[in-house]
Amino acid sequence: MEGTEGGLRDAQGRRIAPGAKVRSGELEGTVARVEPAYGVLTIITEAARAGKTERMVRASTVEVLEEAPQRPHHEPFIRRYIFSLDHKVIGIQYLFTSLFMALVGGVLAMLIRLQLGWPGVRWGLAAALFPGGFAGGQMKPDFYLAVVTMHGTIMVFFVLTTVLSGGFGNFLIPLQIGARDMAFPWMNMMSYWLLVPAIVVLLASFFVTGGAAGGGWTAYPPLSAIPAAAPGSGLGQTLWLVALAILIVALLFGSLNYITTILQLRTRGMSMMRLPLTIWGLFVTAVLMLLSFPVLFAAAIMLLFDRLGGTSFFVPAGVYVGGEVLSHAGGNPLLWQHLFWFLGHPEVYVLILPAMGMVSDIMATHGRKPVFGYQFMVGSIVAIGVLSFLVWAHHMYTSGMNPLVAMAFMTTTLAIAVPSAVKTFNWLATLWGARIQFTTSMLYAIGFVSLFVTGGLTGVFLAQPPVDIYMHDTFFVVAHFHFVMASAALFGVFAGIYHWFPKMFGRFMNERLGKIHFWLTFIGIYATFFPMHFAGFSGMMRRIYSTQVYAFLADLAPLNVFISVAAFGLGLAQLLFVYNFLYSLRRGPVADRNPWRATTLEWETPSPPPHGNFPDELPVVHRWAYDYSLPGAPDDFVPQTTPLRPAPVAGGQDAGGPQG
Amino acid sequence: MAAPALRERHAAPGPPPAPPGDGGRWEPSPSPAGRAPARGSAAVTGVWLLAGAVAILFVAFTSTLLVRRAEADWRAGPFPPAFWATTGVLLASSAAVERARARGRAGDLDGLRRGLWVATALGGAFLGGQVVAWGGLLAAGVGLATSAHASFLYLLTGAHALHVAGGVGALAYAGWRAHRALVAPSAMEAATPAAIYWHVVDGLWLYVLAVLFIL
Repeated sequence: MEGTEGGLRDAQGRRIAPGAKVRSGELEGTVARVEPAYGVLTIITEAARAGKTERMVRASTVEVLEEAPQRPHHEPFIRRYIFSLDHKVIGIQYLFTSLFMALVGGVLAMLIRLQLGWPGVRWGLAAALFPGGFAGGQMKPDFYLAVVTMHGTIMVFFVLTTVLSGGFGNFLIPLQIGARDMAFPWMNMMSYWLLVPAIVVLLASFFVTGGAAGGGWTAYPPLSAIPAAAPGSGLGQTLWLVALAILIVALLFGSLNYITTILQLRTRGMSMMRLPLTIWGLFVTAVLMLLSFPVLFAAAIMLLFDRLGGTSFFVPAGVYVGGEVLSHAGGNPLLWQHLFWFLGHPEVYVLILPAMGMVSDIMATHGRKPVFGYQFMVGSIVAIGVLSFLVWAHHMYTSGMNPLVAMAFMTTTLAIAVPSAVKTFNWLATLWGARIQFTTSMLYAIGFVSLFVTGGLTGVFLAQPPVDIYMHDTFFVVAHFHFVMASAALFGVFAGIYHWFPKMFGRFMNERLGKIHFWLTFIGIYATFFPMHFAGFSGMMRRIYSTQVYAFLADLAPLNVFISVAAFGLGLAQLLFVYNFLYSLRRGPVADRNPWRATTLEWETPSPPPHGNFPDELPVVHRWAYDYSLPGAPDDFVPQTTPLRPAPVAGGQDAGGPQG
Repeated sequence: MAAPALRERHAAPGPPPAPPGDGGRWEPSPSPAGRAPARGSAAVTGVWLLAGAVAILFVAFTSTLLVRRAEADWRAGPFPPAFWATTGVLLASSAAVERARARGRAGDLDGLRRGLWVATALGGAFLGGQVVAWGGLLAAGVGLATSAHASFLYLLTGAHALHVAGGVGALAYAGWRAHRALVAPSAMEAATPAAIYWHVVDGLWLYVLAVLFIL
């Protein structure tokens, strides 16, 4: 059995493996098959070789006469780096793919700001780069809507979801819980290799007739259900749905793996309440994905049926397109909204919960102080996860719902403020009196809290129907979710990359460049998204093609120029990160096993970790993950593997535990 | 000699961890032979999680159906007689799986193998029967877009059939594992999760029928 540590051995310690010459009582022959878990094997005797008769014996009765030749453990390149079963390689594949998609999504954001900052201006260079999207040097409205739709889709589903769960989840879960790999490595590989075709299908939609989907990342029918409704409702929308469906299967494979691995493969002593908060965030996230993504899958399948099969799940009667009434009847477009947001709201917590967990761990490590209120941190992650399923209709206050229903959803939505505030105050309490080391990673962790608070407070506004009915679908909403979900999650990603880069690649990223990157990004995000609140107050619609359409938006032109300039600065600052990342892969200073002097298990193994994660025995856990600055300890951190009381060891040697 | 101990904070209650040596829970431990290996239970956990995701998928379809059937134009179509036969085949296959597991638990590896192959064949027969049933509906003029009920019929039975196809694959894999296994408990590592999944899709079929024709 591949991967079995040690395998079966005879009394002399020789390996019982297929091909070995062995004797068991009267029998003498060659080992054919072995089941190490059950201590049995089969022997083909010389006499019976012609008839291929296998005789089963117990391993305890076997004496090895001649060991099987040891084949060197060498995997070909394609098994090792392309179709790899190793969670670390898969995690890094997810990371690189997501960062590539972030560049695509970022370019789309720049196109959005180009149009909103200077509507009606002719652009030579951009028109040359995107010939299909520009007419006479001006951006076409259809292309603009496709760009907005694809920016949202890519950033939510193909960047933040995939980098946090797929990238960090894959890389960190087995390492931090002390496992050799995921529970189902093959399924894990399939998860990544379904992401790739999903991306290919999604990006291909830019090049089909009518262009990419233009109905927004929420793809509301009937616009998304009727191919003839608009250019962006054509084949591009079909491909969008297919890409999403493939991605959902990929994410389900991933989340099944993450949950099972965390429940089943924790090392000795790693109880659930000793898990690092990163793992708790990823665990609850995986549960959310498992329970919410099938709903979007069902909706996407039904929408595809409506588009391709002539069914009427979401298309009502009496829809006219081009002066002709459609044959659809009886469908309900609001149903899509319910199904979409039943996924859509847990989805935003899929983006934020892993970031919350990672930020907590990074704060403790770079603040040299235990996380404040660990149990409450765990409880609030779980509470946010549960509540996220009960708030979806707050996205639909303007859909004509009963005000009483709206009030119920307002209540559940405001209730999320409680666990969110618990987390925020616990982070502040963790920082209080900490010996903060202002590494790039720590700066991003602190920046995360700032963005989360800024965006969270506007969430309290929007949770209330009377306010939301005014603000709905304006730039106020755009500002809100870019702070609380998009930028905050992105800061979690950056904090995580700067923190775990040494473990992933065995080298440090450049700290000076990292700090410049942080400050440019932090200021760039506030400069870009904060003014959007004012645009929203003034009534600027979130997907509007041009502020020149309505006279009352004309005054917002200077504000939009400012936002666009800030956005371009923010975009350019990311090139620093790209350079730092790629340069440090090859040239960064070499990192040792535990460069941040952290307590969790991934720092107990070499950087980068070998195949199987831990060179020898699996680590045994004796304490929680936050024993920083422990009074009486010789060092300012005590790894989780250090016994509470050093055990007496033969010869009087130190067992490795600090002797206070 | 009392070495001053560190403050015992956040020590998990319960017995201290056993000395390392059995390689953790990475692979089934070499001994004792009777203990269920961790890998088997991981597969069972995974199957139950998968069952949860599948259930959510069908709940989402059902919620749409409940809204749709409240419309005035909702007319339920007749029960296709072929479904009687396929239902019987599917129930028989579940019985075959259970019988196979009983043989496996008793240590009868041959019985386990036979039962799994019978169940796999019955699963394949169910899929063939569904194709015949759909063909009969189409021949009777009931297409995907004929009525809302017909849309849901094809959607739900089609989605179910895809899950059954996965289950047939799982049973075939379990049969192959049983074929290669030396002892019955080893074969049960694959047979148990496959059987659980098979019962889930079996129950799901009864649920689909109830939603379409009884509700």
